[in-house]
Amino acid sequence: MEAALYNIVLVGTPNSGKTSLFNALTGSRQKVANYPGVTVERKQGFFVTPRGRQVSLIDLPGTYSLRGRSPDEEITRDVVLGRAKGETLPELVLCVADATNLRLAIRLVLEMKHTGRPMVLALNMFDIAKRRGVTVDVPALSAALGIPVVTSIAVRKGGTDELLQLTDTIAAEATQIARENDWRPHSVAELRATQREADRIIKETVSLPARPDTWTARVDSVVLHPVFGLIILAAILFVMFQAVFAWAQPVMELIAGGFELLGQWVQATLPAGLLQSFIQNGVISGVGSVIVFLPQIIIIFLFILLLEDFGYMARAAFLMDRIMGGAGLHGRAFIPLLSSFACAIPGIMATRVIDNRRDRLTTILIAPLMTCSARIPVYTLIISAFIPAKQVWGWINLQGLVMFGLYVVGITSAMAVSALIKFFMWRDDAPAPFMLELPDYKLPRLKSIAIGIYTRAMMFLQRAGTTIFAMMVLIWFLASFPQAPVGATDPGIDYSLAAIIGRFIEPVLAPLGFNWQIAVALIPGMAAREVAVAALGTVYSIEGGKEAAEQIGQVLATKWSLATALSLLAWYIFAPQCASTLAVIKRETGGWRWMWITFFYMLALAYAASLVTYNIARSFGAG
Amino acid sequence: MTIDLHESDSVRLLGNARRGFSGTVQALKGGNAESSLSAAELESRLIELGFVEGARVEVLHEGLIGRDPIAVRVENITVAVRRREAMAVVVI
Repeated sequence: MEAALYNIVLVGTPNSGKTSLFNALTGSRQKVANYPGVTVERKQGFFVTPRGRQVSLIDLPGTYSLRGRSPDEEITRDVVLGRAKGETLPELVLCVADATNLRLAIRLVLEMKHTGRPMVLALNMFDIAKRRGVTVDVPALSAALGIPVVTSIAVRKGGTDELLQLTDTIAAEATQIARENDWRPHSVAELRATQREADRIIKETVSLPARPDTWTARVDSVVLHPVFGLIILAAILFVMFQAVFAWAQPVMELIAGGFELLGQWVQATLPAGLLQSFIQNGVISGVGSVIVFLPQIIIIFLFILLLEDFGYMARAAFLMDRIMGGAGLHGRAFIPLLSSFACAIPGIMATRVIDNRRDRLTTILIAPLMTCSARIPVYTLIISAFIPAKQVWGWINLQGLVMFGLYVVGITSAMAVSALIKFFMWRDDAPAPFMLELPDYKLPRLKSIAIGIYTRAMMFLQRAGTTIFAMMVLIWFLASFPQAPVGATDPGIDYSLAAIIGRFIEPVLAPLGFNWQIAVALIPGMAAREVAVAALGTVYSIEGGKEAAEQIGQVLATKWSLATALSLLAWYIFAPQCASTLAVIKRETGGWRWMWITFFYMLALAYAASLVTYNIARSFGAG
Repeated sequence: MTIDLHESDSVRLLGNARRGFSGTVQALKGGNAESSLSAAELESRLIELGFVEGARVEVLHEGLIGRDPIAVRVENITVAVRRREAMAVVVI
């Protein structure tokens, strides 16, 4: 079976429509993983040619050359050359070019020819090119390049037929024989010569319309306007936030309700005891508390993929580059940081678009400071219990103002941390260059978007099923063992390892105004921030009677001082209270080091912020 | 091939060009830019984005702060670069 697979790799410049061609050829038969040892995404898909040949297709990261300036581009080079660990030398290299924009693609093809691999060039988006008046003499181009050239329309049914037939012919007849690989990194002079050669070939075989795409130019005259452009960007972000918080809410409540029902069913069905507690509190509520974020992740990625496909992302980076640059951040860090407002996990995953390692690390380090949606339940609980719902200055709700303030503190401290990192670690380096193509606008294709969302949702669920699940079980274990002695009147968690740890760290947290109950709740809160709410409920529920658990807020209002509540809010802005985020940082940075750096710097900030908040509040008489 | 930048008023650096400027790439001088990239690497990247001698360029858009970065039409594509790196492109 394995031996019969015909291996094709897909190579092309960024924005060549490579991914939509990949999606068109393979549909949902895709496997997303990582290349060993690096954090580059390995996208493999499968399809069957008209004559029944099984094909494996790998979508390689987009690149302008084989020089390998970033980990992504190194993978492209190594896979094409057959150097990558665990990858077979491809039998065919499928180069993809945007037919409306051949200059850079033809130069890449000329460079790729040195690798000696059998190669085909697909002129993608040929329909758009035709409509714009671009005519390509395909046979002449094929003759000039010395490789077969086909046209394709990835987004239309049957648009890849010609390509599939050609694949069959090449695979069956082995018309192309691999040659010696004489590729080496091009020098500046060679690059220049190759580009000249590409321009010469294009001049002979392609006729360009007199007028460029006026639609893109017209849209850009508004969208890239220094003032209106930023207003439009702000409007898009506003809609995105609304969507993440408002649209996701009903579905999230449905999921949370479903898991709760499932837990209750388990409680009713299984006999009380360890197994019941494990399944209800460890498995179901643990996994449930993660899966509940799926709707937000889907909506975030829906927006990201739509804007990406439309061609807007590069524009957002353009508009934000200098503004973010003030804090030592790269323009491309904008989207990852934005995603982090929903959840730091997709945000950290999205930092892969930043090719400079330093910029990427800075972005990963500050992404958890963005106020993610898991903090909202904690903020809401404490605010509604301690902050009066009165109006200030006539029209502003005080509770809403505090919530807004928490977001602002998160953002400003993220910017400050970034500026500090830049100042202390990379002060003497000039900022990494910002050079990127602003592609022509294209209407996004829903099928391609759907496939993109599906693969990301599956990645998230997979992680929820493995790493995060293991963390949940560990935290359940800490909160459940050793068990309460027979006849104990206090809640079971009081006798557990979590309580022992909680009491042990209580003296450390006492200066922040935290009692041992808070210290205990912070431990299960490591699973996910909002779990702390449930844990506080557990710790206080039996102390205050059954009905108290249903109204945690009221109980807290009687047990804590305002200073303690404010201190806990400050703690939650900064504290690294999320095992999943730390796990993702470890995976994305390829080691423990940056995970621990993140953990300790956030812990230090949290401690300092809480200490200051508690003491200021007390000096104002809120203690 | 060396170009004296003061030789002629018509020789300029793309990094100094304002919105609306249009011209032709005359040379790449990686050493002109105070970039974090080496001169050769910067030139390579510029070539990979289509900045070769003779290419037609036009400054289409400027950012809000310090008129930076700039969006440049290079033949038939649009490229965003910071002025810092655009200093490596000598235009006429």
